[in-house]
Amino acid sequence: MSEEIYKQHILDHYNTPKNKEMLFEADIELPAKNASCGDSYVLYMNIENGCIHEATFSGVGCAISQAAASILTEKVKGMTIEHAQKITEEDVYTMLGVEITIGRQKCALLIYNALQEALESL
Amino acid sequence: MNIEEIKKEFPQFEANKELVFLDTAASSLTPSSVIEAVEDYYKNYRANTHRGLYKEAEKATSKFEEARSRVAAFIGAQSEEIVFSSGATLASNMLFNSLEETFEYKEGDEILTTTVEHHAMLLPLQRLAKRKGMKIQHASFSDEYMIDEVALHKQITERTKIVAVTLASNVLGCVTDIAEVVKKAHAVGALVVVDGTAIVGHVPINVSVLGVDCMFFSGHKMCGPTGIGVLYGKSTVLKALEPSIVGGGMIDDVTLTNATWADSPQRFEGGTQNIAGAIGLTEAVKYLDSIGVAHIQTHCRELVAYVREKLDAVEGVKIYTAPSEHNVGIVSFMLEGIHSHDVAEILGKKNIAVRAGHHCASPLHKELGIPATVRASFYVYNTKCDIDALVAGIEEVKSIFKK
Repeated sequence: MSEEIYKQHILDHYNTPKNKEMLFEADIELPAKNASCGDSYVLYMNIENGCIHEATFSGVGCAISQAAASILTEKVKGMTIEHAQKITEEDVYTMLGVEITIGRQKCALLIYNALQEALESL
Repeated sequence: MNIEEIKKEFPQFEANKELVFLDTAASSLTPSSVIEAVEDYYKNYRANTHRGLYKEAEKATSKFEEARSRVAAFIGAQSEEIVFSSGATLASNMLFNSLEETFEYKEGDEILTTTVEHHAMLLPLQRLAKRKGMKIQHASFSDEYMIDEVALHKQITERTKIVAVTLASNVLGCVTDIAEVVKKAHAVGALVVVDGTAIVGHVPINVSVLGVDCMFFSGHKMCGPTGIGVLYGKSTVLKALEPSIVGGGMIDDVTLTNATWADSPQRFEGGTQNIAGAIGLTEAVKYLDSIGVAHIQTHCRELVAYVREKLDAVEGVKIYTAPSEHNVGIVSFMLEGIHSHDVAEILGKKNIAVRAGHHCASPLHKELGIPATVRASFYVYNTKCDIDALVAGIEEVKSIFKK
Protein backbone atom coordinates (compact mmCIF):
# COMPACT_ATOMS: atom_id res chain seq x y z
CA MET A 1 0.00 0.00 0.00
CA SER A 2 1.14 3.51 -0.76
CA GLU A 3 0.03 5.28 2.40
CA GLU A 4 3.46 6.03 3.86
CA ILE A 5 2.34 6.72 7.40
CA TYR A 6 0.57 3.39 7.73
CA LYS A 7 3.65 1.20 7.43
CA GLN A 8 3.36 -2.35 8.59
CA HIS A 9 5.09 -1.78 11.94
CA ILE A 10 2.65 1.03 12.81
CA LEU A 11 -0.29 -1.20 11.94
CA ASP A 12 1.24 -4.05 13.94
CA HIS A 13 1.53 -1.83 17.01
CA TYR A 14 -2.06 -0.70 16.42
CA ASN A 15 -3.51 -4.15 15.98
CA THR A 16 -1.41 -5.88 18.63
CA PRO A 17 -0.06 -3.17 20.90
CA LYS A 18 2.62 -3.89 23.47
CA ASN A 19 1.99 -3.05 27.12
CA LYS A 20 -1.70 -2.37 26.62
CA GLU A 21 -3.01 -3.32 30.02
CA MET A 22 -4.18 -1.61 33.16
CA LEU A 23 -1.75 -1.64 36.07
CA PHE A 24 -3.50 -1.92 39.37
CA GLU A 25 -1.96 0.03 42.23
CA ALA A 26 0.50 1.71 39.91
CA ASP A 27 2.78 4.42 41.26
CA ILE A 28 1.68 6.65 38.42
CA GLU A 29 -1.68 6.67 36.73
CA LEU A 30 -2.16 9.62 34.43
CA PRO A 31 -4.89 10.25 31.85
CA ALA A 32 -3.77 11.39 28.38
CA LYS A 33 -6.57 12.83 26.31
CA ASN A 34 -6.90 14.60 23.03
CA ALA A 35 -10.38 16.03 23.31
CA SER A 36 -10.66 17.17 19.71
CA CYS A 37 -10.17 13.73 18.20
CA GLY A 38 -11.46 11.60 21.03
CA ASP A 39 -8.20 9.82 21.85
CA SER A 40 -8.26 8.83 25.47
CA TYR A 41 -5.56 6.83 27.24
CA VAL A 42 -4.29 6.23 30.73
CA LEU A 43 -0.56 5.84 31.29
CA TYR A 44 0.55 3.61 34.18
CA MET A 45 4.04 3.29 35.62
CA ASN A 46 5.73 1.61 38.51
CA ILE A 47 8.94 3.20 39.71
CA GLU A 48 11.63 1.37 41.63
CA ASN A 49 14.99 2.78 42.70
CA GLY A 50 14.79 5.67 40.25
CA CYS A 51 13.95 3.34 37.38
CA ILE A 52 10.78 2.84 35.40
CA HIS A 53 10.07 -0.71 36.37
CA GLU A 54 6.84 -1.05 34.44
CA ALA A 55 5.06 1.15 31.87
CA THR A 56 1.68 0.32 30.39
CA PHE A 57 -1.31 2.08 28.93
CA SER A 58 -5.02 1.54 28.38
CA GLY A 59 -7.64 3.33 26.32
CA VAL A 60 -8.59 4.08 22.73
CA GLY A 61 -7.17 6.18 19.96
CA CYS A 62 -5.93 6.31 16.41
CA ALA A 63 -3.19 4.17 14.91
CA ILE A 64 -0.52 6.81 15.39
CA SER A 65 -1.28 7.56 19.03
CA GLN A 66 -1.58 3.89 19.85
CA ALA A 67 1.60 2.91 18.02
CA ALA A 68 3.41 5.72 19.83
CA ALA A 69 2.06 4.49 23.17
CA SER A 70 3.11 0.95 22.39
CA ILE A 71 6.61 1.91 21.23
CA LEU A 72 7.26 4.44 23.98
CA THR A 73 6.16 2.27 26.89
CA GLU A 74 8.33 -0.50 25.49
CA LYS A 75 11.25 1.90 25.17
CA VAL A 76 11.14 3.36 28.69
CA LYS A 77 10.72 0.10 30.56
CA GLY A 78 13.86 -0.37 32.63
CA MET A 79 15.15 3.15 31.96
CA THR A 80 16.19 5.51 34.71
CA ILE A 81 13.87 8.47 35.21
CA GLU A 82 16.70 10.78 34.28
CA HIS A 83 17.29 8.95 31.03
CA ALA A 84 13.59 8.85 30.14
CA GLN A 85 13.34 12.59 30.72
CA LYS A 86 15.94 13.11 28.02
CA ILE A 87 13.75 11.58 25.33
CA THR A 88 12.74 14.37 22.95
CA GLU A 89 9.79 14.83 20.64
CA GLU A 90 12.11 14.20 17.73
CA ASP A 91 13.09 10.90 19.31
CA VAL A 92 9.42 9.88 19.32
CA TYR A 93 9.08 10.71 15.63
CA THR A 94 12.24 8.73 14.94
CA MET A 95 10.93 5.76 16.91
CA LEU A 96 7.69 5.88 14.93
CA GLY A 97 9.75 5.85 11.75
CA VAL A 98 7.08 7.52 9.62
CA GLU A 99 6.54 11.09 8.57
CA ILE A 100 4.38 12.87 11.13
CA THR A 101 2.53 15.82 9.60
CA ILE A 102 1.46 18.80 11.69
CA GLY A 103 -2.06 17.44 11.92
CA ARG A 104 -0.84 14.25 13.58
CA GLN A 105 1.75 15.65 15.99
CA LYS A 106 -0.72 15.66 18.86
CA CYS A 107 -1.47 11.99 18.19
CA ALA A 108 2.19 11.07 18.08
CA LEU A 109 3.03 12.96 21.26
CA LEU A 110 -0.03 12.22 23.38
CA ILE A 111 1.52 9.52 25.56
CA TYR A 112 4.95 11.16 25.39
CA ASN A 113 3.57 14.36 26.92
CA ALA A 114 1.81 12.38 29.65
CA LEU A 115 5.04 10.50 30.34
CA GLN A 116 7.06 13.69 30.67
CA GLU A 117 4.40 15.28 32.87
CA ALA A 118 4.38 12.20 35.10
CA LEU A 119 8.17 12.08 35.40
CA GLU A 120 8.28 15.79 36.14
CA SER A 121 5.87 15.31 39.03
CA LEU A 122 7.99 12.66 40.74
CA MET B 1 -28.05 22.32 -11.81
CA ASN B 2 -24.99 21.85 -13.95
CA ILE B 3 -22.36 20.90 -11.40
CA GLU B 4 -19.46 20.98 -13.83
CA GLU B 5 -20.30 24.61 -14.64
CA ILE B 6 -20.76 25.39 -10.95
CA LYS B 7 -17.35 23.93 -10.10
CA LYS B 8 -15.74 26.43 -12.48
CA GLU B 9 -16.93 29.20 -10.16
CA PHE B 10 -14.78 27.81 -7.35
CA PRO B 11 -11.07 28.44 -7.99
CA GLN B 12 -9.95 25.87 -5.44
CA PHE B 13 -10.94 23.16 -7.90
CA GLU B 14 -8.55 24.80 -10.35
CA ALA B 15 -5.78 24.87 -7.73
CA ASN B 16 -6.28 21.18 -7.00
CA LYS B 17 -7.94 19.41 -9.88
CA GLU B 18 -8.10 16.14 -7.94
CA LEU B 19 -9.91 17.68 -4.98
CA VAL B 20 -12.93 15.80 -3.69
CA PHE B 21 -14.22 18.34 -1.20
CA LEU B 22 -16.59 16.82 1.35
CA ASP B 23 -15.97 19.20 4.24
CA THR B 24 -18.41 22.06 3.71
CA ALA B 25 -19.85 21.58 7.18
CA ALA B 26 -16.46 22.72 8.49
CA SER B 27 -16.09 25.50 5.94
CA SER B 28 -17.34 25.75 2.37
CA LEU B 29 -15.31 26.70 -0.66
CA THR B 30 -15.48 30.26 -1.97
CA PRO B 31 -16.81 31.27 -5.37
CA SER B 32 -14.82 33.77 -7.46
CA SER B 33 -17.46 36.49 -7.13
CA VAL B 34 -16.98 36.54 -3.36
CA ILE B 35 -13.20 36.68 -3.64
CA GLU B 36 -13.44 39.48 -6.22
CA ALA B 37 -15.81 41.51 -4.05
CA VAL B 38 -13.44 41.29 -1.09
CA GLU B 39 -10.51 42.22 -3.29
CA ASP B 40 -12.45 45.11 -4.81
CA TYR B 41 -13.05 46.58 -1.37
CA TYR B 42 -9.40 46.33 -0.34
CA LYS B 43 -8.13 47.60 -3.66
CA ASN B 44 -10.57 50.34 -4.50
CA TYR B 45 -12.57 51.71 -1.58
CA ARG B 46 -11.04 50.51 1.62
CA ALA B 47 -12.22 52.80 4.41
CA ASN B 48 -14.02 52.49 7.70
CA THR B 49 -17.80 52.55 7.75
CA HIS B 50 -20.16 55.08 9.29
CA ARG B 51 -17.38 57.56 9.90
CA GLY B 52 -15.66 59.14 6.91
CA LEU B 53 -17.19 61.82 4.70
CA TYR B 54 -15.25 61.03 1.58
CA LYS B 55 -16.19 58.96 -1.41
CA GLU B 56 -14.52 55.70 -0.40
CA ALA B 57 -15.91 55.78 3.12
CA GLU B 58 -19.37 56.41 1.81
CA LYS B 59 -19.11 53.53 -0.60
CA ALA B 60 -17.79 51.21 2.14
CA THR B 61 -20.70 52.24 4.37
CA SER B 62 -23.29 51.71 1.68
CA LYS B 63 -21.81 48.32 0.74
CA PHE B 64 -21.74 47.27 4.39
CA GLU B 65 -25.37 48.27 4.83
CA GLU B 66 -26.26 46.57 1.55
CA ALA B 67 -24.87 43.39 3.10
CA ARG B 68 -27.22 43.83 6.02
CA SER B 69 -30.27 44.18 3.79
CA ARG B 70 -29.22 41.32 1.46
CA VAL B 71 -28.65 38.96 4.36
CA ALA B 72 -31.93 40.08 5.94
CA ALA B 73 -33.85 39.32 2.75
CA PHE B 74 -32.08 35.97 2.46
CA ILE B 75 -33.48 34.76 5.79
CA GLY B 76 -36.80 36.60 5.77
CA ALA B 77 -35.80 39.30 8.24
CA GLN B 78 -35.67 43.10 8.31
CA SER B 79 -32.32 44.91 7.94
CA GLU B 80 -32.38 46.26 11.48
CA GLU B 81 -32.68 42.70 12.76
CA ILE B 82 -29.26 41.72 11.43
CA VAL B 83 -26.20 42.13 13.64
CA PHE B 84 -22.82 41.24 12.18
CA SER B 85 -20.25 39.30 14.16
CA SER B 86 -17.15 37.26 13.42
CA GLY B 87 -19.17 34.06 13.18
CA ALA B 88 -21.70 31.86 14.92
CA THR B 89 -19.60 31.41 18.05
CA LEU B 90 -19.18 35.11 18.72
CA ALA B 91 -22.82 35.76 17.83
CA SER B 92 -23.98 33.12 20.28
CA ASN B 93 -21.70 34.42 23.03
CA MET B 94 -22.88 37.98 22.42
CA LEU B 95 -26.48 36.88 22.60
CA PHE B 96 -26.25 34.84 25.79
CA ASN B 97 -24.18 37.52 27.49
CA SER B 98 -26.76 40.11 26.47
CA LEU B 99 -29.57 37.95 27.80
CA GLU B 100 -27.75 37.61 31.11
CA GLU B 101 -27.18 41.35 31.25
CA THR B 102 -30.76 42.18 30.40
CA PHE B 103 -33.08 39.74 32.12
CA GLU B 104 -33.57 38.83 35.74
CA TYR B 105 -33.11 35.08 35.50
CA LYS B 106 -33.32 33.32 38.82
CA GLU B 107 -32.63 29.97 40.38
CA GLY B 108 -35.04 27.34 39.17
CA ASP B 109 -35.57 29.00 35.79
CA GLU B 110 -34.93 26.58 32.96
CA ILE B 111 -33.14 26.53 29.65
CA LEU B 112 -34.36 23.82 27.33
CA THR B 113 -31.93 22.52 24.74
CA THR B 114 -30.88 19.26 23.06
CA THR B 115 -28.05 16.80 23.40
CA VAL B 116 -26.94 17.32 19.80
CA GLU B 117 -25.95 20.99 20.09
CA HIS B 118 -22.66 22.34 18.83
CA HIS B 119 -20.43 23.76 21.56
CA ALA B 120 -21.11 27.24 20.17
CA MET B 121 -24.65 26.91 21.49
CA LEU B 122 -24.02 24.65 24.45
CA LEU B 123 -21.18 26.45 26.20
CA PRO B 124 -22.62 29.99 26.32
CA LEU B 125 -25.92 28.65 27.63
CA GLN B 126 -24.13 26.45 30.17
CA ARG B 127 -22.28 29.49 31.46
CA LEU B 128 -25.48 31.52 31.70
CA ALA B 129 -27.15 28.68 33.58
CA LYS B 130 -24.24 28.34 36.02
CA ARG B 131 -24.08 32.04 36.74
CA LYS B 132 -27.80 32.35 37.36
CA GLY B 133 -28.48 28.99 38.97
CA MET B 134 -30.71 28.02 36.06
CA LYS B 135 -31.42 24.43 35.24
CA ILE B 136 -30.66 22.97 31.81
CA GLN B 137 -33.10 20.45 30.38
CA HIS B 138 -32.18 18.32 27.39
CA ALA B 139 -34.18 16.61 24.70
CA SER B 140 -32.39 13.85 22.86
CA PHE B 141 -32.64 12.31 19.41
CA SER B 142 -34.51 9.38 17.91
CA ASP B 143 -33.35 6.08 16.46
CA GLU B 144 -33.42 7.80 13.10
CA TYR B 145 -30.98 10.43 14.41
CA MET B 146 -33.61 13.16 14.39
CA ILE B 147 -34.04 15.63 17.26
CA ASP B 148 -36.98 14.43 19.36
CA GLU B 149 -39.34 17.37 18.88
CA VAL B 150 -42.06 15.71 20.93
CA ALA B 151 -39.72 15.48 23.92
CA LEU B 152 -38.72 19.09 23.42
CA HIS B 153 -42.35 20.13 23.29
CA LYS B 154 -43.20 18.16 26.42
CA GLN B 155 -40.41 19.68 28.46
CA ILE B 156 -41.52 23.26 27.94
CA THR B 157 -43.06 24.48 31.19
CA GLU B 158 -43.81 27.74 32.94
CA ARG B 159 -40.25 27.61 34.26
CA THR B 160 -38.75 27.54 30.74
CA LYS B 161 -37.15 30.89 29.93
CA ILE B 162 -35.07 29.99 26.90
CA VAL B 163 -35.48 27.26 24.30
CA ALA B 164 -32.16 26.84 22.51
CA VAL B 165 -32.12 24.38 19.63
CA THR B 166 -30.15 23.86 16.48
CA LEU B 167 -32.12 24.05 13.24
CA ALA B 168 -29.82 21.36 11.83
CA SER B 169 -27.23 19.18 13.52
CA ASN B 170 -23.69 19.55 12.20
CA VAL B 171 -23.14 15.83 12.85
CA LEU B 172 -26.45 14.05 12.27
CA GLY B 173 -27.55 16.38 9.49
CA CYS B 174 -31.11 16.34 10.82
CA VAL B 175 -33.36 19.34 10.23
CA THR B 176 -35.46 20.33 13.23
CA ASP B 177 -39.15 20.91 12.74
CA ILE B 178 -39.47 23.70 15.22
CA ALA B 179 -42.97 25.11 14.52
CA GLU B 180 -44.85 23.53 17.42
CA VAL B 181 -41.98 24.08 19.82
CA VAL B 182 -41.97 27.80 18.99
CA LYS B 183 -45.72 28.07 19.61
CA LYS B 184 -45.55 26.43 22.99
CA ALA B 185 -42.40 28.30 24.01
CA HIS B 186 -44.04 31.60 23.20
CA ALA B 187 -47.19 30.57 25.05
CA VAL B 188 -45.13 30.33 28.25
CA GLY B 189 -43.16 33.47 27.46
CA ALA B 190 -39.88 31.70 26.65
CA LEU B 191 -37.40 33.03 24.13
CA VAL B 192 -36.53 30.77 21.20
CA VAL B 193 -32.88 30.82 20.11
CA VAL B 194 -31.83 28.69 17.15
CA ASP B 195 -28.46 27.77 15.68
CA GLY B 196 -28.71 28.21 11.92
CA THR B 197 -25.07 27.52 11.14
CA ALA B 198 -25.51 24.17 9.40
CA ILE B 199 -28.71 25.12 7.61
CA VAL B 200 -28.60 28.71 6.34
CA GLY B 201 -27.61 28.68 2.68
CA HIS B 202 -28.35 24.96 2.50
CA VAL B 203 -32.10 24.90 3.07
CA PRO B 204 -34.44 27.88 2.52
CA ILE B 205 -34.97 29.57 5.89
CA ASN B 206 -37.46 32.25 6.76
CA VAL B 207 -37.15 33.39 10.36
CA SER B 208 -40.42 35.30 10.22
CA VAL B 209 -42.31 32.16 9.21
CA LEU B 210 -40.44 30.07 11.78
CA GLY B 211 -41.24 32.68 14.41
CA VAL B 212 -37.94 32.21 16.24
CA ASP B 213 -36.67 35.10 18.35
CA CYS B 214 -32.96 34.81 17.65
CA MET B 215 -30.73 32.89 15.28
CA PHE B 216 -27.01 32.86 14.74
CA PHE B 217 -24.95 31.53 11.85
CA SER B 218 -21.58 31.86 10.11
CA GLY B 219 -20.91 33.12 6.62
CA HIS B 220 -18.09 30.71 5.85
CA LYS B 221 -20.25 27.60 5.61
CA MET B 222 -22.38 29.20 2.90
CA CYS B 223 -19.76 30.40 0.42
CA GLY B 224 -18.93 33.57 2.34
CA PRO B 225 -15.53 34.61 3.69
CA THR B 226 -14.30 33.45 7.09
CA GLY B 227 -14.64 35.87 9.98
CA ILE B 228 -18.15 37.06 9.21
CA GLY B 229 -21.28 35.81 10.89
CA VAL B 230 -24.73 36.96 11.81
CA LEU B 231 -26.87 37.33 14.86
CA TYR B 232 -30.48 37.69 13.88
CA GLY B 233 -32.80 39.04 16.55
CA LYS B 234 -36.45 39.93 16.23
CA SER B 235 -36.60 43.70 16.25
CA THR B 236 -38.55 43.78 19.53
CA VAL B 237 -36.00 41.46 21.14
CA LEU B 238 -32.92 43.37 19.96
CA LYS B 239 -34.41 46.65 21.10
CA ALA B 240 -34.79 45.25 24.62
CA LEU B 241 -31.31 43.76 24.88
CA GLU B 242 -28.26 45.27 26.53
CA PRO B 243 -25.08 45.09 24.45
CA SER B 244 -22.39 42.64 25.51
CA ILE B 245 -19.53 44.36 23.70
CA VAL B 246 -19.05 48.05 24.41
CA GLY B 247 -16.72 50.54 22.76
CA GLY B 248 -16.49 52.51 19.55
CA GLY B 249 -19.37 52.84 17.16
CA MET B 250 -22.16 51.52 19.36
CA ILE B 251 -23.00 54.55 21.45
CA ASP B 252 -25.58 57.30 21.58
CA ASP B 253 -23.68 59.54 23.96
CA VAL B 254 -20.66 59.20 26.22
CA THR B 255 -19.56 61.24 29.22
CA LEU B 256 -16.58 60.58 31.45
CA THR B 257 -18.68 58.47 33.75
CA ASN B 258 -21.54 57.17 31.65
CA ALA B 259 -22.66 56.05 28.22
CA THR B 260 -25.92 55.45 26.45
CA TRP B 261 -26.34 53.06 23.56
CA ALA B 262 -27.20 53.51 19.92
CA ASP B 263 -30.27 51.75 18.57
CA SER B 264 -29.98 48.18 17.42
CA PRO B 265 -28.33 46.77 15.38
CA GLN B 266 -25.43 49.28 15.81
CA ARG B 267 -25.69 48.82 19.58
CA PHE B 268 -24.31 45.33 19.13
CA GLU B 269 -21.55 46.19 16.67
CA GLY B 270 -18.88 47.75 18.84
CA GLY B 271 -15.56 48.31 17.07
CA THR B 272 -14.70 48.21 13.40
CA GLN B 273 -16.53 45.36 11.79
CA ASN B 274 -15.32 42.84 9.24
CA ILE B 275 -16.32 45.12 6.39
CA ALA B 276 -14.74 43.02 3.65
CA GLY B 277 -16.35 39.95 5.16
CA ALA B 278 -19.80 41.50 5.05
CA ILE B 279 -19.26 42.63 1.46
CA GLY B 280 -18.14 39.12 0.58
CA LEU B 281 -21.20 37.70 2.29
CA THR B 282 -23.42 39.83 0.06
CA GLU B 283 -21.89 38.14 -2.94
CA ALA B 284 -22.26 34.72 -1.35
CA VAL B 285 -25.96 35.35 -0.82
CA LYS B 286 -26.32 36.62 -4.38
CA TYR B 287 -24.54 33.54 -5.64
CA LEU B 288 -26.73 31.15 -3.66
CA ASP B 289 -29.84 33.04 -4.77
CA SER B 290 -28.75 32.75 -8.41
CA ILE B 291 -28.73 28.96 -8.05
CA GLY B 292 -31.66 28.80 -5.67
CA VAL B 293 -31.27 27.43 -2.16
CA ALA B 294 -34.21 25.08 -2.72
CA HIS B 295 -32.29 23.52 -5.61
CA ILE B 296 -29.23 23.13 -3.42
CA GLN B 297 -31.37 21.45 -0.79
CA THR B 298 -32.75 18.95 -3.30
CA HIS B 299 -29.30 18.29 -4.70
CA CYS B 300 -27.81 17.62 -1.25
CA ARG B 301 -30.68 15.33 -0.30
CA GLU B 302 -30.03 13.29 -3.43
CA LEU B 303 -26.36 13.04 -2.53
CA VAL B 304 -27.19 11.95 1.02
CA ALA B 305 -29.54 9.27 -0.31
CA TYR B 306 -26.83 8.08 -2.69
CA VAL B 307 -24.03 7.99 -0.13
CA ARG B 308 -26.24 6.16 2.36
CA GLU B 309 -27.08 3.55 -0.22
CA LYS B 310 -23.39 3.14 -1.10
CA LEU B 311 -22.15 3.08 2.50
CA ASP B 312 -24.85 0.66 3.56
CA ALA B 313 -23.25 -1.82 1.20
CA VAL B 314 -19.81 -1.44 2.78
CA GLU B 315 -19.20 -3.91 5.56
CA GLY B 316 -18.07 -2.42 8.84
CA VAL B 317 -19.55 1.04 8.25
CA LYS B 318 -21.95 2.39 10.84
CA ILE B 319 -23.86 5.52 9.85
CA TYR B 320 -25.10 8.13 12.33
CA THR B 321 -27.21 10.26 10.10
CA ALA B 322 -30.78 11.47 9.61
CA PRO B 323 -32.74 10.16 6.61
CA SER B 324 -32.05 12.04 3.38
CA GLU B 325 -35.46 13.72 3.24
CA HIS B 326 -34.71 15.46 6.56
CA ASN B 327 -31.01 16.00 6.02
CA VAL B 328 -29.06 19.18 5.20
CA GLY B 329 -26.30 17.25 3.45
CA ILE B 330 -24.23 15.76 6.29
CA VAL B 331 -23.34 12.11 6.74
CA SER B 332 -21.32 10.95 9.75
CA PHE B 333 -20.04 7.42 10.08
CA MET B 334 -17.52 5.12 11.66
CA LEU B 335 -15.47 2.29 10.32
CA GLU B 336 -15.37 -0.66 12.64
CA GLY B 337 -12.00 -1.01 14.38
CA ILE B 338 -10.47 2.01 12.68
CA HIS B 339 -10.16 5.41 14.33
CA SER B 340 -11.77 8.24 12.41
CA HIS B 341 -8.49 10.18 12.22
CA ASP B 342 -6.84 7.29 10.45
CA VAL B 343 -9.73 7.12 8.00
CA ALA B 344 -9.55 10.87 7.37
CA GLU B 345 -5.78 10.84 6.94
CA ILE B 346 -5.81 8.11 4.32
CA LEU B 347 -8.71 9.79 2.51
CA GLY B 348 -6.83 13.09 2.73
CA LYS B 349 -3.79 11.57 1.02
CA LYS B 350 -6.16 10.67 -1.80
CA ASN B 351 -7.36 14.29 -2.03
CA ILE B 352 -10.64 13.47 -0.36
CA ALA B 353 -11.37 16.13 2.24
CA VAL B 354 -13.51 14.96 5.14
CA ARG B 355 -13.51 15.84 8.82
CA ALA B 356 -12.77 13.49 11.69
CA GLY B 357 -13.43 14.03 15.38
CA HIS B 358 -16.39 15.05 17.47
CA HIS B 359 -17.10 18.12 15.35
CA CYS B 360 -17.51 20.34 18.42
CA ALA B 361 -20.41 18.19 19.56
CA SER B 362 -18.71 16.21 22.28
CA PRO B 363 -21.80 15.40 24.41
CA LEU B 364 -23.52 14.04 21.31
CA HIS B 365 -20.63 11.65 20.67
CA LYS B 366 -20.65 10.61 24.32
CA GLU B 367 -24.34 9.79 23.96
CA LEU B 368 -23.63 7.87 20.77
CA GLY B 369 -21.00 6.00 22.78
CA ILE B 370 -18.18 6.66 20.33
CA PRO B 371 -15.12 8.88 20.58
CA ALA B 372 -15.33 10.32 17.10
CA THR B 373 -16.90 10.06 13.66
CA VAL B 374 -15.85 10.71 10.11
CA ARG B 375 -18.07 13.34 8.54
CA ALA B 376 -18.71 13.85 4.84
CA SER B 377 -20.75 16.95 4.02
CA PHE B 378 -22.15 18.02 0.70
CA TYR B 379 -22.87 21.25 -1.08
CA VAL B 380 -23.61 22.80 -4.39
CA TYR B 381 -20.32 21.68 -6.00
CA ASN B 382 -20.50 17.98 -5.09
CA THR B 383 -21.37 15.13 -7.40
CA LYS B 384 -22.05 11.43 -7.20
CA CYS B 385 -18.51 10.95 -8.52
CA ASP B 386 -17.25 12.50 -5.29
CA ILE B 387 -19.20 9.89 -3.38
CA ASP B 388 -17.86 7.09 -5.53
CA ALA B 389 -14.35 8.37 -4.75
CA LEU B 390 -15.21 8.43 -1.04
CA VAL B 391 -16.49 4.88 -1.08
CA ALA B 392 -13.44 3.65 -3.01
CA GLY B 393 -11.27 5.48 -0.49
CA ILE B 394 -13.04 3.78 2.39
CA GLU B 395 -12.44 0.40 0.79
CA GLU B 396 -8.77 1.27 0.58
CA VAL B 397 -8.69 2.29 4.24
CA LYS B 398 -10.17 -1.06 5.10
CA SER B 399 -7.62 -2.92 3.04
CA ILE B 400 -4.73 -1.02 4.69
CA PHE B 401 -6.04 -1.89 8.12
CA LYS B 402 -6.92 -5.46 7.28
CA LYS B 403 -5.30 -7.65 9.90
